[in-house]
Amino acid sequence: MNRSLILMTATRYLVPIILMLSVFILLRGHNEPGGGFVGGLLAASAFALYVFAFGIKEAQRLLGVHPLALIGSGLFISLGSALIAPIFFGEPLMTGKWIDTFELPGIGKLGTPLFFDIGVMLVVVGVTLLIVFALAGEDEQLGGGS
Amino acid sequence: MANHHTSSNRLWILGLIPLAFAAYFFLQLEGVASGQFLQFSIPWVPDLNVNFSIYIDGLSLLMSLLVLGIGGLILIYASGYMAGNAKIGRFFFILIFFMIAMLGVVVSDNIFLLFIFWELTSISSFLLIGFSHESEKSQKSAQQALIVTGLGGLALMAGLIMLGYIGGSWELSELLAQGQFLDGHPAFPAVITLIFLGAFTKSAQFPFHFWLPNAMAAPTPVSAYLHSATMVKAGVYLLARLYPIFGGSDTWFFTLVIIGGITGMLGGWLAWQQKDLKRIMAYTTISALGILVFLLGVGQKIGTEAAVLFLFVHSLYKGALFMIAGSVDHETGTRDVTILGGLRGKMPLTMVAVTLATLSMAGVPPLVGFVGKEVIYEATVENVDYRVWLTAVAFVMNFFNVAAAAAILYMPFIRSQPADTQLELDHTHEAPWTMWIGPLSLGILATLSFFFVGSELFSGQLIQGATEAVYGKPAEIKLYALPPALTIVPILSIFTIVGGIIFFAVQGRLIKAARAADAAVSRFGPESGYFAGFDGLLAGAASITLFVQNGKLRRYVLYVVVSFILFVGLPLFLNFGALSWRLSPPPLLYELIVSAVIILATLMVTFARSRLAAVAALGVVGYGIAILFLYFNAPDLAMTQFSVETFTVILFVLVLYRLPAFKAITSPAGRLRDVIIAVLAGGFMAMLVLLVTAVPQSQHVIDYYAQSSYPLAKGQNVVNVILVDFRGFDTLVEISVLGVAAVGVYALIRRGVIRGLSRGERGES
Repeated sequence: MNRSLILMTATRYLVPIILMLSVFILLRGHNEPGGGFVGGLLAASAFALYVFAFGIKEAQRLLGVHPLALIGSGLFISLGSALIAPIFFGEPLMTGKWIDTFELPGIGKLGTPLFFDIGVMLVVVGVTLLIVFALAGEDEQLGGGS
Repeated sequence: MANHHTSSNRLWILGLIPLAFAAYFFLQLEGVASGQFLQFSIPWVPDLNVNFSIYIDGLSLLMSLLVLGIGGLILIYASGYMAGNAKIGRFFFILIFFMIAMLGVVVSDNIFLLFIFWELTSISSFLLIGFSHESEKSQKSAQQALIVTGLGGLALMAGLIMLGYIGGSWELSELLAQGQFLDGHPAFPAVITLIFLGAFTKSAQFPFHFWLPNAMAAPTPVSAYLHSATMVKAGVYLLARLYPIFGGSDTWFFTLVIIGGITGMLGGWLAWQQKDLKRIMAYTTISALGILVFLLGVGQKIGTEAAVLFLFVHSLYKGALFMIAGSVDHETGTRDVTILGGLRGKMPLTMVAVTLATLSMAGVPPLVGFVGKEVIYEATVENVDYRVWLTAVAFVMNFFNVAAAAAILYMPFIRSQPADTQLELDHTHEAPWTMWIGPLSLGILATLSFFFVGSELFSGQLIQGATEAVYGKPAEIKLYALPPALTIVPILSIFTIVGGIIFFAVQGRLIKAARAADAAVSRFGPESGYFAGFDGLLAGAASITLFVQNGKLRRYVLYVVVSFILFVGLPLFLNFGALSWRLSPPPLLYELIVSAVIILATLMVTFARSRLAAVAALGVVGYGIAILFLYFNAPDLAMTQFSVETFTVILFVLVLYRLPAFKAITSPAGRLRDVIIAVLAGGFMAMLVLLVTAVPQSQHVIDYYAQSSYPLAKGQNVVNVILVDFRGFDTLVEISVLGVAAVGVYALIRRGVIRGLSRGERGES
């Protein structure tokens, strides 16, 4: 297949950067513009770029899991973080619980809203990549559902 | 398969449990008959007046004994009949599930509890009729039974709730204690009609009778239990239960006598023409249910007494006969009476059982069916106003029952097998013990009941207790095995039997003409109406679906936009017509420039000659809006908008090359329509925005979020805090919807439902 060398070379450098940026956007979302949704779109666009540069099979290999699994685990994490308060503290669903004793460098305080946002991000990545892979075709290799 | 055999052979033990419960209920008979009713109640949903309250009087006790006693025998029978069937476990589960539901119907005191159990019997009946779910006939029959009884159930619920409201209580026992409190109430016709609908659909009364013969698609133990002895009696039970409230009114008398009479005669008329043993019994069951409704309509002490006695008599012989039909089918492989014959020597025990059951059905001594028939005639003869009519109707119904009973006994059992059939019966032998014990027990019980019919236990407690519960007043009941004096009643009995047998002897000559006549009439019958209504419903649904969801995206967008204009835009315009079009504060220059770019790009979209150009122009619109977000201090929104726009382009690139080239697919008139709709939608949207900005924003909401974001949620980005914390539940639901939508998109594309998008055939994946 005829691939652009420039695109391939640039992609090799860009993809890690975009992925790191997406995590950065996700983490800073609590205090400054950003969040799981935008972060997820960014991460998905990194993989979309990879699809254009190297083809869908390579992109799927890079992702390593089926997008459906990302959707499922994202929903699971979000729901799990929402359930922490009612299950362990007897408080209403989605009450934010934080660990106040320490802060992680660069991330800040750990709390259930952070995990909720991570779940949102995973769902967004999964949904967009599911559609991109399906539209680009040739997803037999990772077609876990078939 | 060997495993199935051994395990199913032990399943008969399950039948002992309901029999033990029946024995327990039997021991309560004396107390209940003397007025010590069994009663208890636990609150379930007290706020909604739903209580788990049980009330067992004489009628409930009689019904419970039938449900449990026959149920136990049926379970034993089913362990033999269903032996080797891979789904026997499921079968027993649903059958026992039904048994509990039916028991619940007859012992419930609370109206809602009664209704819940009532519906549970419909559902288990549906599952059992459709037990052979691979067969299309079973599916249709099950669906039909569910729809007919389900609709009736809804009517019943409405009727019962009205009854409860007017009576001021949700417990049947308290309502019944008030007697005929509904007489003269303006809602009386509505309540009685709704309750009649519920009872008539359940008990297969004309014109709802057609589902019952079709329900014969169920395995025979089911037909024996649900569709003869118990479930179809639920409607009769309900009418009997409510006799103290409605009984005696003209509406009650005429409706029940006419509907019951028609049902009883029609069922009898259709029964004798059938070839299938089970269908003969299905129609005689319809006939018997008609007789029961008829007798409740006749009412008074003697009418209710006759109904109670016949309920008992019929359950005994019809349960037995259905089981026998199943045994014949099981041993010979057919239920066609025209080719069967000579089974008397091959199945001797079944022969004894069928003799007892058919004699009871025909009303011949020494079987309790004889007493049942005597009392029916007594009831009609005692009615002063309509003696001749009622007696004539009862005579016709009984007469056909004799003919049907003669057919059931004579054709498969007594006569020799017709010579010209292919059916091989040389190796036919008696059914296993599990399958003859039930019918034989019921036959012996019918005989014993005859000899002890005048005993304190039978007439004084069982029948009298139930009759008093129906009649609502004390009633002294004395039954005689043989008539004490030669009145008109025994003479009618003799005429019925002789006439029925003569009719059976000559029916072979009538059968062709009768079938032809029925076929001609049935085109206008209620079942044709059911199918016409059903087909009409499906056709209507299909045409609406084709109109609304024709698969063209343009059409969907059109509907959405037009609905928006009609239901949002128009009311807004009418209510807020005098809107201020002045913008405050006045727009700044760079805002105007970005707006102009957006408008130009929009125009470009509409005039684009290729898809790529349209997509690019749409992208400009999106980025322009994102820039506006930036100007208005919404970096989060802007960021998201930029990402979404970028991603949209990626998706378009993936899709575009698979789409056909642009074609002129819209006529000039269509384009004009689109322009008008687009302008209207845009105009209304602009108006909506003006409206929103004209209303002063509620400052305290803004302040609340701005001030509490950090202290309550430990985040300084208010937008994100709202998304993941304050309104996090919304987000949770949104991502769930997103996930579901993505799976839908994925399935559509992968399965090749959207043709042209899928590459090649992937149907097998």
